[in-house]
Amino acid sequence: MAAADLAGSDTLLTFAVSRGRLLARARGDWTCQNARELEAGLARLAHASRQSPRVSIDMSGVTAFDTFGAWLVERLRRDIAAAGGKLAVAGISAVNRALLDEMAAVSHREPPAPPAGPRFALPDTVGALAALRGDAAAFLVMAGALVEASARAIRRPRSFRLTSTVHQFDRVAWQAVPIILMITFLIGAIIAQQGFFQFRRFGADLYVVNMIGFLIMREIGVLLVAIMVAGRTGSSYTAELGSMKMREEIDALKTMGFDPVEILILPRVLVIVLALPALTFIGSMAALFGAGLVAVFYAGMSPDLYISQLREAISLDHFKVGLIKAPFIGAVIGIIACAEGLKVRGSAASLGEHTTTSVVKSIFMIIVLDGLFALFFSGIGM
Amino acid sequence: MAAGNATAPPIVRVRDLTVGFGAKNVLEGVSLDVRPREILGVVGGSGSGKSVLMRTIIGLLPKRAGSVELFGHDVDRLDAAELRLVERRFGVLFQHGALFSSLTVMENIQFQMREVLDLSQRLLDEIAVAKLEMVGLSAADGRKWPAELSGGMTKRAAMARALALDPEFVFLDEPTSGLDPISAGEVDDMIATLQATLGLTVFMVTHDLESLRTVCDRIVVIADGGIVADGTMADMARHQHPWVKSYFRGRRGEAFVAPAGRK
Ligand SMILES: Nc1ncnc2c1ncn2[C@@H]1O[C@H](COP(=O)(O)OP(=O)(O)OP(=O)(O)O)[C@@H](O)[C@H]1O
Ligand SMILES: [Mg+2]
Repeated sequence: MAAADLAGSDTLLTFAVSRGRLLARARGDWTCQNARELEAGLARLAHASRQSPRVSIDMSGVTAFDTFGAWLVERLRRDIAAAGGKLAVAGISAVNRALLDEMAAVSHREPPAPPAGPRFALPDTVGALAALRGDAAAFLVMAGALVEASARAIRRPRSFRLTSTVHQFDRVAWQAVPIILMITFLIGAIIAQQGFFQFRRFGADLYVVNMIGFLIMREIGVLLVAIMVAGRTGSSYTAELGSMKMREEIDALKTMGFDPVEILILPRVLVIVLALPALTFIGSMAALFGAGLVAVFYAGMSPDLYISQLREAISLDHFKVGLIKAPFIGAVIGIIACAEGLKVRGSAASLGEHTTTSVVKSIFMIIVLDGLFALFFSGIGM
Repeated sequence: MAAGNATAPPIVRVRDLTVGFGAKNVLEGVSLDVRPREILGVVGGSGSGKSVLMRTIIGLLPKRAGSVELFGHDVDRLDAAELRLVERRFGVLFQHGALFSSLTVMENIQFQMREVLDLSQRLLDEIAVAKLEMVGLSAADGRKWPAELSGGMTKRAAMARALALDPEFVFLDEPTSGLDPISAGEVDDMIATLQATLGLTVFMVTHDLESLRTVCDRIVVIADGGIVADGTMADMARHQHPWVKSYFRGRRGEAFVAPAGRK
């Protein structure tokens, strides 16, 4: 080894040319911890082998050897062979030789595709619109299956899952009451404060009460509650059904001869359809109460005046408009949430994705539906 | 087959271990050593506590009494950072695979390598393919998602992940269950090869008599909340405990023990 540190002077690998042969000497731990240096050193060795393609490597100084080291030696052998040369491995223990042979059996015929990194594309609006058609179809299929299941449940009331429905109602409606009360109360108060603040300049204090009244009864109450329910209940429906789907629980139900729509989805959708009008009513009352407190303490209106003005402003029609919309919106939230849940495939990421989609789609559809109802109600003069 | 080295300090040392849930103790006063370079087979009836023993040694379940030493360190005395270093020295194959569902098989195998080692992407890919092929999968399988694998493929992929860092010691919970007998034989061969080449120590929970016969140096039997038998396949053939008797000398076991005296 005349010129031992001619080219490579690592502690792990040294090599030099002697009498037309490239002689390399390996030392130390050829293990995963040193893989980076080994890879670099061996790349230099492979490069040097272009000049002298007959290479031999002496492994007798190797103190530890693992798959990483073995693969790097095997890779070197292949690189040299591909360039028409030959690698002789000497001084290797029988045990390490066996590992090297194991690596020689690795084919690497198909190079692995580079892993698809995260793509940062702009949100694809056109694609999203196109997907809407598929969603509409899925929605209709689910709605149809639900109608069929409820027809069956009506014919055989005993098959209806009452316990499950009551349990769901407790979760969806009863436990949502505090948060709904709080949010609608605050929003009612905020709208009132803004209204009084802006309209006082025109001396239109009294009309603020009219605005509050029909805004809350017709729109704000039901919209706020629907959005809360979509976020709170819709997402949990999707996650529940999605994880059942992932663990093949839904397949198990089917093979036992049950209809998952009847057992899992009908009670859930039914509950949300019943819960939404009830929560809307409670929410609207809380909002009116919040607005009333602002009217009394901020705008200095007497409670009697607020109530009588409210009574004048709100007709039964306004009240009905809000409550008629609620069950339809509830059905849409429930159906979208369940349909998304059933679309979940294998991975945890897919579960997260569909849960998000469920909420986003529900909120979008709530607003669209609200717009359609607005057209409808003004058409019939309500 | 390299027999366990009886004089070297044990890799795992369990003393008087008691583990339970609620009012019931699943394991009571279990003591066990796993010696360097041995392949230890752990058998026992379903629900006897094999997985519980494994999970307690790994530190996933709390113990009610007793001590666990890994690589000579009492796990209760290590701080979080030291524990992490110890944990990197062993690989685990869970009974149900426990592959990360949002990563491809390839990424599952590379996950720990990427975290712990400083490697080029090329080397990461090549090593991952090598590991896949060692367990009998192909590079094409590496691109699949865990949800797209068959039961046996899941086992193999999880095995490849357990071996990703070339650990000194692996815990395998039923490595051959769900595989056809030929593939199971290949897995056994692979475990034996790795044991011979890497000097791997193996703690293997299994129901597979063939694995016990061909690769295990030592067998312990768990029943009634404790270890009731400890020895080689030949010792098992002579053992008098009723469960051991019916397991190794029952209709299924007979074929394996009868021509023994050899092993
Ligand atoms: N997280 C847990 N909570 C309560 N009990 C548990 C828990 N994990 C296990 N057990 C109980 O501990 C006992 C032993 O379970 P373990 O999973 O160890 O069985 P096993 O020997 O691995 O069986 P198998 O061969 O079927 O895998 C069982 O009775 C089981 O019900
Ligand atoms: Mg188990």
